[in-house]
Amino acid sequence: MKKFLQIASSRHTWAWPYVLFLVLFVVLPLLLIVVYAFTTPGGDFTLHNFVQFFTTSEAVNTFIYSIAIAILTTVICLLLGYPAAYIMATAELKTPVVMSMLFILPMWINFLLRTLATVELFNMFSIPLGEGALLYGMCYDFLPFMIYPIYNTLQKMDHSLIEAAYDLGANRREVFTKVILPLSKSGIYSGVVMVFMPTVSTFAISELLTRNKITLFGSLIQRAFGEGGLQMWNYGAALSLVLLLIIGLSSFFGNNDEQEAQSVL
Amino acid sequence: MMSQESRVKSQEVLASTPKNAMSSAQIEAKKRDRNLTTRRILSQSYLWFLIVLLYAPIVLIIFFSFTRSKVLGNWTGFTFGLYENLFSGYDRVAQVQVNPDMYQALLYTLIIAVIAATFATLLGTLAAIGIYNMRQRSRRAIQLLNSVPMINPDILTGISLFLLFVFLGISRGLTTVIIAHVVFCTPYVVLSVMPRLTKMNPNIYEAALDLGATPFQALRKVMMPELWPGMLSGFILSITLSIDDFGVTFFTKGSSGLNTLSTFIYADARKGGLTPELRPLFSLIFLTMLVLLIIINWRAARQAKKS
Repeated sequence: MKKFLQIASSRHTWAWPYVLFLVLFVVLPLLLIVVYAFTTPGGDFTLHNFVQFFTTSEAVNTFIYSIAIAILTTVICLLLGYPAAYIMATAELKTPVVMSMLFILPMWINFLLRTLATVELFNMFSIPLGEGALLYGMCYDFLPFMIYPIYNTLQKMDHSLIEAAYDLGANRREVFTKVILPLSKSGIYSGVVMVFMPTVSTFAISELLTRNKITLFGSLIQRAFGEGGLQMWNYGAALSLVLLLIIGLSSFFGNNDEQEAQSVL
Repeated sequence: MMSQESRVKSQEVLASTPKNAMSSAQIEAKKRDRNLTTRRILSQSYLWFLIVLLYAPIVLIIFFSFTRSKVLGNWTGFTFGLYENLFSGYDRVAQVQVNPDMYQALLYTLIIAVIAATFATLLGTLAAIGIYNMRQRSRRAIQLLNSVPMINPDILTGISLFLLFVFLGISRGLTTVIIAHVVFCTPYVVLSVMPRLTKMNPNIYEAALDLGATPFQALRKVMMPELWPGMLSGFILSITLSIDDFGVTFFTKGSSGLNTLSTFIYADARKGGLTPELRPLFSLIFLTMLVLLIIINWRAARQAKKS
């Protein structure tokens, strides 16, 4: 009992349950993806799952197409979101808090239902469901994730720097490209990561938005686990590992602004 | 902010120039003012344009919650019928039960959210205290580990846990879904409790121990009162994340027919028509959130005014 009290009173031990939890439910599962990706259903080592992926042109095409769609979505979100964040952070709004709340509120409606409503909206205006609808729906779902980090960095920005730049003779464009843009870089990074990662891995939105006409990489993985049966799990794990690498790479590039991602909350 | 400045500036200009004579400076200032007004109108309308786009589908859902038609987008006259169905569980017009799976999904959504958020808050708060008191290196390592579930997309969290449960031979169901939700909620609790810890005086816990409190008493009576705002926001965030989740639940729920609202909607949509009563259900959820947000904002604004 005394020993237990001693352990409990040195507070760093309080994190141990969580560390154990993380190892069991985060590290081990990710390792299992790697194990499954390199084995046959029987449990023997193999590279066949990756060979199968790289030699199936449909899979590779889907992969490239998904990345292209994700990049396009990210770019559109950035182009639409940056001005919005900039306006909210700098303009004289009577109610900046309400405005920023208005951008979060839609997230409270289940995104599948919102996506389905978007589909109905397209039907009402008889817009065909296809690539355009997919891009619109993805941007629609993830735009707030772009606006928030940028808005946060812009809001924290020291405004006297802008005034100083004006006083030193910079014009509006120079102030934007040489002062404001560099200062909001970290917000842009985390916004890009926060939009790119979910879009590259999404699987339900694309099915609903295009009535299964367009398959994205996420759906490919889901099918391997859902409909493929036991034989397909190892192949699905290999696809997951490819996705995991993409995610790891993109989070590595946006790494220096973990704090920005946190401040979104 | 900018236009206010320029207005002040132009007033200065006005004051320093002799009356009756419109100096060039004065004209310039006026022009600048007008330019700023146009720019402001333009930028404001841009924001409103985005907001209209964001809200169009939601307005559509609310609008069509007041008609009885089976499909969204088909107006068959104003009625509170769907709301009536939602609350009574019985469709008087069609003489059928409202899909009972929907109620079950709603119930499961709430049960899972509350249990997962509670566990996540307890686990995350303890972890935050522990991490805060660690040495720099182990602290860094755990914080990195803590960020993995946040960065990981739903589908990977879901699949990796799916493989784990299969590997361990645990049959999937309510428990596995709750564990999975604790996995992706806890990091956010850690992050929302952490700032409270940095603000807290680190000596008061030691002081409590010196004065004879057990670690548990010190935690409950000294630290909890300081930490609870962080815990509360972590809890609320966890509830939100849990209710909104689709991807992780999808892979960890198993095939026993357990559904949350998200997976229920997905299955429903793939089968064909959506259960019409989902429209009033989500309209009500949305309105509740709207009212809650307004109250929270109003209270925050009043508190800010006081201080």
